[in-house]
Amino acid sequence: MRDFDFIRPATISDAIAAAAGPGSAYLAGGTNLLDLMKGGITSPERIVDITRLPELNRIETLDDGGLRIGALVRNADLAHDPAFAKAYPAVAEALLSGASAQLRNAATVGGNLLQRTRCSYFYDTASACNRREPGSGCSALGGENRLHAILGWSDACIATHPSDFCVPLVALDTVVEIEGKEGRRHVTLEEFHRLPGDTPQRETMLEPGELIVAVRLPAEAASFAAHARYLKVRERTSYAFAVVSAAAALVVDRGKIRGARLALGGVAAKPWRARSAEAALLGADADEASFVRAADAALADASPSGDNAFKIELARRIVVRALMAAKAGTPERMPALPASPFSSIPGVRHDA
Amino acid sequence: MMLELGLNQQPAHTRQGSSIGQPLTRRDGFLKVTGTARYAADNHPPGMLYAVLAVSSIARGRVVSLDIEAAKAHSGVVEVMTPLNRPALAVDPDAKDHPFMFRLDLLQNDGVRYPNQSIAVVIAETLEAATEGAALLSPRYETLPARVGLDGGKSFVPRGVGVGNPAVQEKGDVEAGLESARTRIEAAYETPAQYHNAMEPHAIVAAWDGDQLSIDTPSQGLAMAQGRIAGLFGIAPRNVHIRSPFLGGGFGSKGMISGPQVLGILAARLVGRPVKLVLRREQMYGPVGHRAPARQTLRMGMDGEGRLTALSHHARTTSSTFDDFFEPAADASHTLYASPAIATSHDAVRLDTGTPLFMRAPGEATGSIALESAIDEAAHACGMDPLEFRLRNYAEVEPMTGKPFSSKALRECYEQAAEAFGWASRPLQPRRMRDADGFLTGWGMGTATFPALMFQAEARAVLRADGSGLMETGAQDMGQGAWTAFAQIAADGLGLDIDQVDFRAGSSDLPNAGIAGGSGHTATAGMAIHNAGAAVIARLADLATGNEASPLFGAGNEGVLARGGRLYRRDDESRGESYSEILARAGLAEIEGHGKGAPDPASQETYAKHAHGAVFAEVKVDPDLGQIRVTRLVGAFAAGRVINPRLVRSQYYGGMIWGVSFALHEEAVTDRRSGRIQNANLAEYHVPVNADVPSVEALLVHEDDPHVNALGIKGVGEIGITGTAGAVANAVWHATGVRPRRFPIRIEDLLG
Repeated sequence: MRDFDFIRPATISDAIAAAAGPGSAYLAGGTNLLDLMKGGITSPERIVDITRLPELNRIETLDDGGLRIGALVRNADLAHDPAFAKAYPAVAEALLSGASAQLRNAATVGGNLLQRTRCSYFYDTASACNRREPGSGCSALGGENRLHAILGWSDACIATHPSDFCVPLVALDTVVEIEGKEGRRHVTLEEFHRLPGDTPQRETMLEPGELIVAVRLPAEAASFAAHARYLKVRERTSYAFAVVSAAAALVVDRGKIRGARLALGGVAAKPWRARSAEAALLGADADEASFVRAADAALADASPSGDNAFKIELARRIVVRALMAAKAGTPERMPALPASPFSSIPGVRHDA
Repeated sequence: MMLELGLNQQPAHTRQGSSIGQPLTRRDGFLKVTGTARYAADNHPPGMLYAVLAVSSIARGRVVSLDIEAAKAHSGVVEVMTPLNRPALAVDPDAKDHPFMFRLDLLQNDGVRYPNQSIAVVIAETLEAATEGAALLSPRYETLPARVGLDGGKSFVPRGVGVGNPAVQEKGDVEAGLESARTRIEAAYETPAQYHNAMEPHAIVAAWDGDQLSIDTPSQGLAMAQGRIAGLFGIAPRNVHIRSPFLGGGFGSKGMISGPQVLGILAARLVGRPVKLVLRREQMYGPVGHRAPARQTLRMGMDGEGRLTALSHHARTTSSTFDDFFEPAADASHTLYASPAIATSHDAVRLDTGTPLFMRAPGEATGSIALESAIDEAAHACGMDPLEFRLRNYAEVEPMTGKPFSSKALRECYEQAAEAFGWASRPLQPRRMRDADGFLTGWGMGTATFPALMFQAEARAVLRADGSGLMETGAQDMGQGAWTAFAQIAADGLGLDIDQVDFRAGSSDLPNAGIAGGSGHTATAGMAIHNAGAAVIARLADLATGNEASPLFGAGNEGVLARGGRLYRRDDESRGESYSEILARAGLAEIEGHGKGAPDPASQETYAKHAHGAVFAEVKVDPDLGQIRVTRLVGAFAAGRVINPRLVRSQYYGGMIWGVSFALHEEAVTDRRSGRIQNANLAEYHVPVNADVPSVEALLVHEDDPHVNALGIKGVGEIGITGTAGAVANAVWHATGVRPRRFPIRIEDLLG
């Protein structure tokens, strides 16, 4: 038994005070942290259990029309909130395409942002991993890396961020609400995750001891509700991470694109906002030719980090397909297989 | 309840009231769904300690140091077992007296020969302390380069493959057959290493009392395990008592006692207290067997009518550096398709892996996916429908040996499955079908086959004065339903209603029921049960027919029927009496009989014995994104008599779903440099989830086989995986026009 302190604070400020020291980790759903601890990948000296902080559990509409989602809201609760799913259908679809029903019942909003990469070398403590042990090297380079990054990678790290949820969130200009010793601050989700560069161990903008208390969707995010989809290609129908995924959201007016949001998942160390593609779409005809141009723009800087060149072409095609699906319109009901290319096939419950 | 004794029983479905043939639900189902079925790791004898393996993170080399002091200093750690203090064994774990004895890693030295090999065992008061103790050992190694992959070593021709088949076999002149062919195909297929992932990892609770050893551990072969353990420890087999009432899946991985299980026994010996050892999921990827990777090359020649003129099947496979098990993949071509010339051959390389061993349809599954893919390619090359091509090459006798089949209802399987599937409307050319949503749709088929094997088993039957019966045999229920199917056979064998029969199994102090493997358990132990029942009924009949006071006096054994707990005169069923009355008159509390199950050597010599089936698959493929979805599977199987159709269907479903897994999901990703498996967990080592299997249908095709055994049972445990994997691959080709040549089929293979 490896001893650690276990603290269950009653307030956010108590939590932040408790986690101020080095070697502290917040515990929410635990769906990733506990596995990391069991595998010896991380061994915090102090666990600060925030699951009893009541104010982090709320979904609130803000005065400016935005939505504030508490960090402890469970993935399943959020996805099944009818008002939420109606206003942000691509986010709900992404949530329901992730993990398994059991994991979605446990996993939280804040924890989803902070989940670690699924790079097998990160989990294999006998391998070199700059993310796990800075300066040790990267065993994924030259290793078994057909699912690794094609954008924003460095020689220090070619891992990807595994989240589905974050992909539509980053497309919709989500802001992360962070509380620390110095008070509350806001960081856009796009800035929140870092690319590896020479310091892959620094995964986010969080300072030690800081706590995600909520994420905010701006009012504008709901304006895409009629044309918003998430598409995820994976190697089995459920309980698999994305090979590549895309969130696409459009505002279409008389055949012209008046608003466009696009982000990719499974391609980089962060949910990848494709701003150049969005720029290419604005004002263009909402047709396949425009979508192909957008896909080319989105992947213009992509390069294989190993045996994964296929992901570049796959990503292009997923972008086109996601945009086509968004243009076709958000389906009335959540598809039986959320985010699947086969989502039009009925007959399987979406929580299967 | 009616039962006529004798060896020529009517097929189950034509008899009324018998237990055999009834779709009973699992008799142990309630225990399992309520969590009260006691699996090995659920046992906690008083004073029990927890053992955790420390395993190697290198593939090859030796352990230079272990920080034993750090581990022992950890609170709760009782002992650390290493090569230095491991209790002595009576025999060398590297000794191999016969091909079925596999070398074990039992801390015999500091050598490392594969990743996840045991290098120490930490024993502690709690699981957590033992786990941390194992981590604190911080091993240092002297590392040698790992030998990885199908080209990772110098190839050689093994002395034998599978359970001793010749590695190279030839009938006729293959080269001449290819030469004379109108059409020829040649293709190579690669399949990856697959690892066992039974829900229940290998677990053992071991307790010594002097030289008496008591063990709870899952075993597919209690008597073999008992013998192996007894040999290792130099004690009599009767001193080893193994309880294995339930297995959370076996699939071959629990056929032989594995190294970690023996280490649990050694740990208990070392500390003098009961010890529990349970493998972590990732520790399954090494010491408990796996399906070796393979590269198979098939060559076929066909005449102008699509008849095979030659069939050549070569398989490259792998084994460990220290033991011999060679997947007999090419032997799949011995039994299915008629050809005047057939050649099968194997070669192998030795890798730094655990020894590959039995994994559901070892050889047959691997061979089937290549053979069925190649047959599909051959049919296409001849411009023929794949079913028509298979019928054109239908084997009326076993192709390799020329022996007649003991029974073979494969034509009926083809017909019934094709009809249920709607195969007749399939376009010949690929990439011709799209559904309403634009998905490429493809239909493929494969032939399934598995030998009807029997081993050796014994059973003991008792009839009691209260009219009830007892049947005992050390059979093993891996989840396939042995508790139920054997009770059904026992009930009929004893002429009793199933609720009147006390059926005991799953313990090594019962008669040896042989191994639950090779799809032969129901036939083998079932025959022992059947014969034990017949023996005790014969004794009962002797008591009655020899006693003047009995209404059966003078009827003779042949003239007596047993049903519903009574014996009747065959020639006058109004004359009979109950078992209780017969025993009471004889003043006996009970009588017993013994029976054996074994293959009949004469019919082995005469007949080829196989179960057969046909599997049809529909897949949809996203034309741009390459994602595949199996939307329909229809199989029809003929495997002799069906004891319990509900359980048999479940076996077929499970096998067919594993076939999908073989074609589309399973692969142990091995780092090409370190030899370590990178996805040794259930999140990343993919097997199908429910949503991957929307529609599976298994049809039971009637088949009477008078030669396999008196009950007519062939076995159903493994056949479902054969045929299915190829059917899925062929459906992917039919959908896309892309021929899968490596498995699992990946998105990048279909992106074009």
